[in-house]
Amino acid sequence: MVCESWKAKLDTYLDGELPEQEMRTFDAHVRGCPSCSADALTRVQMKRAIQVAGKRFVPTTDFRRRIELSITPKPQRSFRLGWMLASATAVILVVGATTSTYMGNRSGRDQASRDHVYSEIADLHVTTLASSSPVDVISTDRHTVKPWFQGKIPFAFNLPELQNSEFSLLGGRMTYLDQTPGAHLIYDVRKHHISVFVFQERSLSARLDETSLSPKQLPFNMETWTQGGLRYFVIGDASAADIDSLAKLFKAAS
Amino acid sequence: MPHFERLYNFACWLTQDRQEAEDLVQETYVKALKGFPSFQPDTNFRAWIYKILRNTFLTSRTGLKATATVPLDLEGEEEILPAVKETPESILLQRSDGQLVQQALEQLPVAYREVLLLCEVEEMSYQEIAVTLAIPMGTVMSRLSRARKALRNGLRPQFKKG
Repeated sequence: MVCESWKAKLDTYLDGELPEQEMRTFDAHVRGCPSCSADALTRVQMKRAIQVAGKRFVPTTDFRRRIELSITPKPQRSFRLGWMLASATAVILVVGATTSTYMGNRSGRDQASRDHVYSEIADLHVTTLASSSPVDVISTDRHTVKPWFQGKIPFAFNLPELQNSEFSLLGGRMTYLDQTPGAHLIYDVRKHHISVFVFQERSLSARLDETSLSPKQLPFNMETWTQGGLRYFVIGDASAADIDSLAKLFKAAS
Repeated sequence: MPHFERLYNFACWLTQDRQEAEDLVQETYVKALKGFPSFQPDTNFRAWIYKILRNTFLTSRTGLKATATVPLDLEGEEEILPAVKETPESILLQRSDGQLVQQALEQLPVAYREVLLLCEVEEMSYQEIAVTLAIPMGTVMSRLSRARKALRNGLRPQFKKG
C-alpha cells in the first residue's frame, strides 16, 4: 500500500514525538503526498475533536472552596505539624506553579481567550442594537425565524415557545465569532433588548466554562452555557433574573 | 491549586460520576500533601500528581470494577492503524456536535480513555504519559494507537446512522 511506512508513524508525527531530523523529513513528505496529507488532516480533526470533547467537566466553586479548606493547615494543630503542612502546601503550590509554567501559561491564555470571547459578545450585542437594521429576518414567529437560518449556519437549534412569558422575539441575523458563523437572535422584555447568540462549541477557540453567569468584567448581565454541542450566550442590560429566565426557556427548548 | 480544574476533569472521565470525582480529587490532594517528601524536585510534578490520582482511582471500587472487566494489556501484538482511504470520521466531525465524540469516549475501556485524554486533552508528552501510567514508552505508543482505532470504530456506527 502506498506510504504504509509513513502512515505507521503518522500519529507519532502529529503528536510531535518523532526525533527532530525525522520530523523535518516527515514534514517534507506530508506536504508533497496527497494521501498522507489527507490522512493527516483527518487525524488532526480527530485530535481536535477529542480535545474539545474531553474538556467537559468543570468543578463547582463550592467544591474548589472545600478542597482549598481541606488542604489549608488547621489553626488548632500543633505548631510543628501546622508548620510542616503549611510548608508542604506552599512547596506544592510553588513547585506546581514553577514546574508547570507551560500549563500556567495555558491557563492564563485560557482566561485571556475567555475574556476575549465575552468582550466580543458584548461588542456584537452593542453594535447590532446601534445599527439602523439590527435584524435581517424580522418576525415574532419562531417558525419563521428558525427556517431563515437554514443553509446560512452549519447547525440547527430550537427557539423557545414564548407564550405566557414576558419575552417577545424581534428577529435574527447571522453573526460571526472567531471566524465561526452563528445565529444572533434579539428579544424584547419590557423595552430591554436581549441578544441570544448560538455557535458550535467545537468551532470556538476559547475553552469556556460549561456554565457561567455574568462574568464580572462585563457591563451587561450575561449567561452562557453549552448544550448539545452548541454554545449559547444570553446578554443584555435587562436584569439578571430576566437573562436567566430567557436562558431557561432556551435550555428547555433545546 | 495546581492543575485543579484539569485533575477534576480527568477524574470525572475516569469515574464517570461527579461525586466520585470530587472524592477522588480531594483524596489526591490529601495524598499529595502527605506524600510530598517522596516527590523528587527535578522530576515532573504534573505527572506525579496525575499518577497519584490515577492510582487512587485504580484502587477505588469503581476503578477496580472498571479494570477488572476489561483487559488492560492488549499490547502484546503490534498493530498498525489501517491507512485511511475514506474519512467518514472527518465528515462526521465536521457535521456533528461534540456529543458523539464524548459518547464514543465514554464507551472506551478506561485504559484507552485515560491514555487518549492524557495525550489530547492534557497534551502530555509520551514520556509524561509513561510516568503517569507507569508503563514503558513503547506501550504508551501502542496503547494510544489502539485507543484511537477503538474511538474511530466507536464513531463509525454514528456515521452510518447520520
